[in-house]
Amino acid sequence: MNAVAERFGTPIKGPSALAGDPRRFLHLTWTLAVLEFRLKFFGSVLGYLWQLMRPLMLFGVMLFVFTRAVRLGSGVTQYPVVLLTGIVLFTFFSECTGGAVTAVVDREGLVRKIHFPRLVIPLSVVLTAYFNLALNFIAVLIFMLARGVDPRWSWLQIFPLLLFLGLFATGVAMILSSTYVRYRDVKPIWEVVLQAIFYGSAIFFPIENIPSVKLQHLIMCNPLAAVVQQARHALIDPTSPSAGQAIGGDTRLLIPLGITLFLAVVGFWYFNREAPRIAEEL
Amino acid sequence: MNAPGEGAPAVVVDGVSKTFAIPHERVHTLKERALHPLRRAGKDVLHALKDVSFEVQPGEFFGIVGRNGSGKSTLLKCMAGIYSVGGGQIYVNGRLATFIELGVGFNPDLAARDNILLNAVMLGLSPREARQRVDKVLDFAELDEFKELKLKNYSSGMQVRLAFSVMIQVNADILLIDEVLAVGDAAFQQKCFDEFNRLRDEGRTILFVTHDMSAVRRFCHRAVLLERGELVSLGEPEEVARDYIRLNFPEQAVSAGDLDIEQLGDRPAYILEAWFEDENGDHQPQMPQGTRCVLKARVSFRQVIRDPSFGATLKDDQGKAVFSTSTIYKQEETGVFRPGDEAVFALEFENLLVPGRYYATIDIANRGSGAFLIDQRDRAATIISTGGAMGGGVVNLPHELSVVRQESAVPEEAPS
Repeated sequence: MNAVAERFGTPIKGPSALAGDPRRFLHLTWTLAVLEFRLKFFGSVLGYLWQLMRPLMLFGVMLFVFTRAVRLGSGVTQYPVVLLTGIVLFTFFSECTGGAVTAVVDREGLVRKIHFPRLVIPLSVVLTAYFNLALNFIAVLIFMLARGVDPRWSWLQIFPLLLFLGLFATGVAMILSSTYVRYRDVKPIWEVVLQAIFYGSAIFFPIENIPSVKLQHLIMCNPLAAVVQQARHALIDPTSPSAGQAIGGDTRLLIPLGITLFLAVVGFWYFNREAPRIAEEL
Repeated sequence: MNAPGEGAPAVVVDGVSKTFAIPHERVHTLKERALHPLRRAGKDVLHALKDVSFEVQPGEFFGIVGRNGSGKSTLLKCMAGIYSVGGGQIYVNGRLATFIELGVGFNPDLAARDNILLNAVMLGLSPREARQRVDKVLDFAELDEFKELKLKNYSSGMQVRLAFSVMIQVNADILLIDEVLAVGDAAFQQKCFDEFNRLRDEGRTILFVTHDMSAVRRFCHRAVLLERGELVSLGEPEEVARDYIRLNFPEQAVSAGDLDIEQLGDRPAYILEAWFEDENGDHQPQMPQGTRCVLKARVSFRQVIRDPSFGATLKDDQGKAVFSTSTIYKQEETGVFRPGDEAVFALEFENLLVPGRYYATIDIANRGSGAFLIDQRDRAATIISTGGAMGGGVVNLPHELSVVRQESAVPEEAPS
């Protein structure tokens, strides 16, 4: 093989998930994400305001319903901040995965005409979602300080938490974006699943209020729920249960961790397997 | 690193095959898949490429020609790494830039500037290098004033110009170009041609897919002809171009159709058949440019006709007459024909026609004022002119070209 390569040069391997220069991979992911972000930011007249409006509207409605109508949030320290943080984290997850579903198909023009590592596409979606998250978190931070949440060192936990959530979202994004190429009903299915995840992730209700302890533990197996709960504990209310307490022991945290790693590995494996065929399937 | 030695070919295509499976029934949703988990629809296998091999040397301008569906674009996509090859291997020695079909994946919602950045990064530049070249690209594309305009507001010609400019500016070693010249106005096409010449002189390797035989003749050092996924011809552009024309106009389509007796009615004379032949009297469906060529028509008479005139018109593909002549102009008396007589009308000419297909229309008319048409057959015979120069126009007149510099009358004027 090497002798051949010496005579003829580099063999062309065809499209794949990773192939090629890692620097080019990073450049591409970055450029795609920045352009996508700019498109949203400057795309409409109100630009970023709309980006912020969606979580804020949801926040407003839920705040009204759960503090005035149903009183789900009563007895929870800093309920509005908890709610907003949860919604912002969920928005990140939903942007990553929901955006990834159609991402490969939407970039058909690129996929069919230029050779580049295909994995760039779902990764750039996640990166764009990170950009949005960073801006949204500024809003959260201002809100937290305005509501009188005291800054603490444990705030720094947010960074590993966000990385973890990003890994989870990336795993799902890889599976969704490559499946959608072949099965177009993935999109409506995922929209429903996202709804279910939203209601099942202890975002607008405090986990400790669920009567069944078993159910509490089960909900915490969802990596998103674990991140939301830990964020509440570390950022807003140290008296609320940490993710470890909510799931019934720190070692049990290996379950959401395992799910995340499993999805990331399987997602990559599946995407990598599908990558060479994407251009032909489109 | 597998650094190839000196003198290694720029591109090696080694026994490459590619098949596409086209299922009879596509499963588009998970629902269908779940409902019929075991159903496997039959599929057709399309052999897009069959064992194609060739090498391209560094600095070569290499043409890939073939009819629609012959596999040339598939081959290019395999070389570009967009499709994986089914069998064989492709080796590339150097950085590739591709230009495949329109637009090269522009995002319609982004401004030209951003699309250039994206494309340049796609083609392997770093974001910084890309930013530095944006102006050059816009400059070359002559689209400077539209740089903030979104791509969706660009005309297709403008998009192609932009894409072509990006490709030129990324300084790749090997360029894969698919059908660029189809779009773009004349001025920009000329610019592309100039750029091709410059790239060729710089010693870049260019692989060029096209239908335009004149471009093949003009630029390519070598060319390859594909037909149904197989390599048919490889070598001098002149020969490949000739083979291409031969493929496009297969022989059976060329022979004069059989005469339909029913149609004839009771005319005083009929044109029985018409054909082209060469100087030796052999029937020829094709004639190389520059050779003597004879159009003949056999005519049968049913009534007494005195001095009829015989005429012939050559029309090109679009039905435009390129040449017309008649015995009226030269020969007043063709003789008296009686019922049962036959005559052969011959028109000998030097083939100056540019390559392409031509049809002969033969007509017989009564002489005299208001020449009365006795019989006329449109497309009585077909000829394909091959080879020779294809500089546009319809005929290649015998010509000489020269350029003579005139001593300037105005001394020492600085060029502005």
